[in-house]
Amino acid sequence: MAFTSEQEAIMDSIVARYPRKRSAIMPLLHYVQSISGYVTPEGIEKISEKIEVATAEVTAVSTFYTQYKSEPVGEYHVGVCINTLCAVMGGDEIYDSVSKHLGIENGETTKDGKVSLERIECNAACDYAPVVMVNWEFFDNQTPASVNQLVDAARAGNPPAPTRGPKSLRTWKQNSEVLAGLSDGLAGEGVSAGEPSKLGLKISREGGAK
Amino acid sequence: MSKLTPVLSANWDQADSFTIEGYKRSGGYKAIKSALEKTPDEVIQLVKDSGLRGRGGAGFPTGMKWGFIPQGDNKEHYLVVNADESEPGTCKDMPLLMANPHVLVEGIIIGSYAIRANHAFIYIRGEVAHVVRRVQEAIAEAYKAGFLGKNILGKGFDLDLTLHVGAGAYICGEETALLDSLEGFRGQPRLRPPFPAIAGLYARPTVVNNVESIASVPSIINNGVEWFQSMGTEKSKGYTLYSLSGHVANPGQFEAPLGITLRELLELAGGIRPGHQIKFWTPGGSSTPMFTAEHLDVPLDYEGVGAAGSMLGTKALQIFDETTCVVRAALRWTEFYKHESCGKCTPCREGTWWLVQMLHDLEDGKGSEEDLAKLLDLCDNIAGRSFCALADGAVAPIISSLKYFRDEYLAHQKNGGCPFDPMKSTKFEMAGI
Repeated sequence: MAFTSEQEAIMDSIVARYPRKRSAIMPLLHYVQSISGYVTPEGIEKISEKIEVATAEVTAVSTFYTQYKSEPVGEYHVGVCINTLCAVMGGDEIYDSVSKHLGIENGETTKDGKVSLERIECNAACDYAPVVMVNWEFFDNQTPASVNQLVDAARAGNPPAPTRGPKSLRTWKQNSEVLAGLSDGLAGEGVSAGEPSKLGLKISREGGAK
Repeated sequence: MSKLTPVLSANWDQADSFTIEGYKRSGGYKAIKSALEKTPDEVIQLVKDSGLRGRGGAGFPTGMKWGFIPQGDNKEHYLVVNADESEPGTCKDMPLLMANPHVLVEGIIIGSYAIRANHAFIYIRGEVAHVVRRVQEAIAEAYKAGFLGKNILGKGFDLDLTLHVGAGAYICGEETALLDSLEGFRGQPRLRPPFPAIAGLYARPTVVNNVESIASVPSIINNGVEWFQSMGTEKSKGYTLYSLSGHVANPGQFEAPLGITLRELLELAGGIRPGHQIKFWTPGGSSTPMFTAEHLDVPLDYEGVGAAGSMLGTKALQIFDETTCVVRAALRWTEFYKHESCGKCTPCREGTWWLVQMLHDLEDGKGSEEDLAKLLDLCDNIAGRSFCALADGAVAPIISSLKYFRDEYLAHQKNGGCPFDPMKSTKFEMAGI
């Protein structure tokens, strides 16, 4: 697949962010995923050309980081946190339930290409456990039933909004563009903070912390 | 004094707290004006005098770190903010950046001015799309307002700020692995010395600071050293974010002076979930040896937690009640370290693999009492034998759980498997579903 001149220009602008070209590998890999959904051989070649290092060097970086996928994932990539705290709070039950519900295991995608599943590590939202991420947006305080409903709605093309995020859930490719550092204009949507984040502030305001 | 002292979180209940207007309304971008009136050395001295210590885990004095940067060396200097927050249990920097990204941007401007850097970077973990949006937008707003770019506030100081998004690697929270990753390599720790202050990003003098450390700087500039020193304990000054999660009635973020105890925090959080008792907890993420009910009154500052045999770490207080199997918890954390080991050092790469195998057997009731000694021996051959602290963190849950709950490991053997019902630990059970 050839890249359009517009895509080439965006890649050049990503390279220009850094004092040294090689630093652009990671955002460029995110950008390739925003075009193809995963890191394609053509993407590796293009990045190698843009930053002037061997394709093997780009592949070495790509394979080190779990967010870069070597094959297509779903339009909605569902990550269930199974690190200790979320697992104990119900993440294990959520993973088992949604895996059975979808008929896929860790790292697999449904046949319709809509949903993929991943066991993820701590996502820095422990006060909202158990946590599920879809396309790296927060779905807080989940249950097995809520996640099964979530994936059903996603497959029907009508996913619910993230708990703390934009008003509507973006696709895997769209969010990969955000991770490449390109604005989608949605920063203003969603809450400033969820209730647990504000708990200490609230207690302090109510004078309950003397 | 009040037990809680919201500073960084003081505006999180405002609907537009993450915008430049919202931030300015709560006093934002005043500190850069007074900081840029001072000389860079005066700013470094002020941060040194405040006693601010790193909030990312190690607790190194921030001003001293800044002071290590050689001056007049005619080289580029860099400030790199570590926003890779991935230590299990740690959940303070992401809500901070979602709700109040400008306080970090303002801190970066001050820190860069102090260490004479003209390019700063924020290395943020990649699994948080909306936080990335908020930080990206804050940077764009700061450029538009003239707080970033050329000749900031007409003071002749230039600064560019680049957001760099990671891609899922815990190890990149280690500062030298972070720098390798930012240079476009696999994120693997470097051998030190040289330290980043001498040869960091692109082999140039570099300061790497945690989000919360840098975000604390504007408040120190605005309110003064004495104000900051009025909070905290003798060697642990100021306020900080404590994150309560797990089997508590009301989990959340609590900004309080250093030295508060878990007992006090639990009182504020409504205690352990009804009908249950605390069993074990981490003071600062999974890499800090676990505590039990006997440690409820340990002052949560750098010295207090250290003296009790653990580390303050990231102040990620993960609370587990009596329904939780400690062997299951230790195994799951160990699987995490195995997954995240970068593979550079043999003791960590191979050792975490073996730890997982042994813990699996122990959880399944297949181990013997001698295996517990073998497990500790293995831990002894992993900790302190690698480039970075990941390996030390990996053995912390195992050694500490064996110290306090050896009988529970043995009970798995007697029982021929785990004696706990995992459903009883879940939140669904809490809700009565």
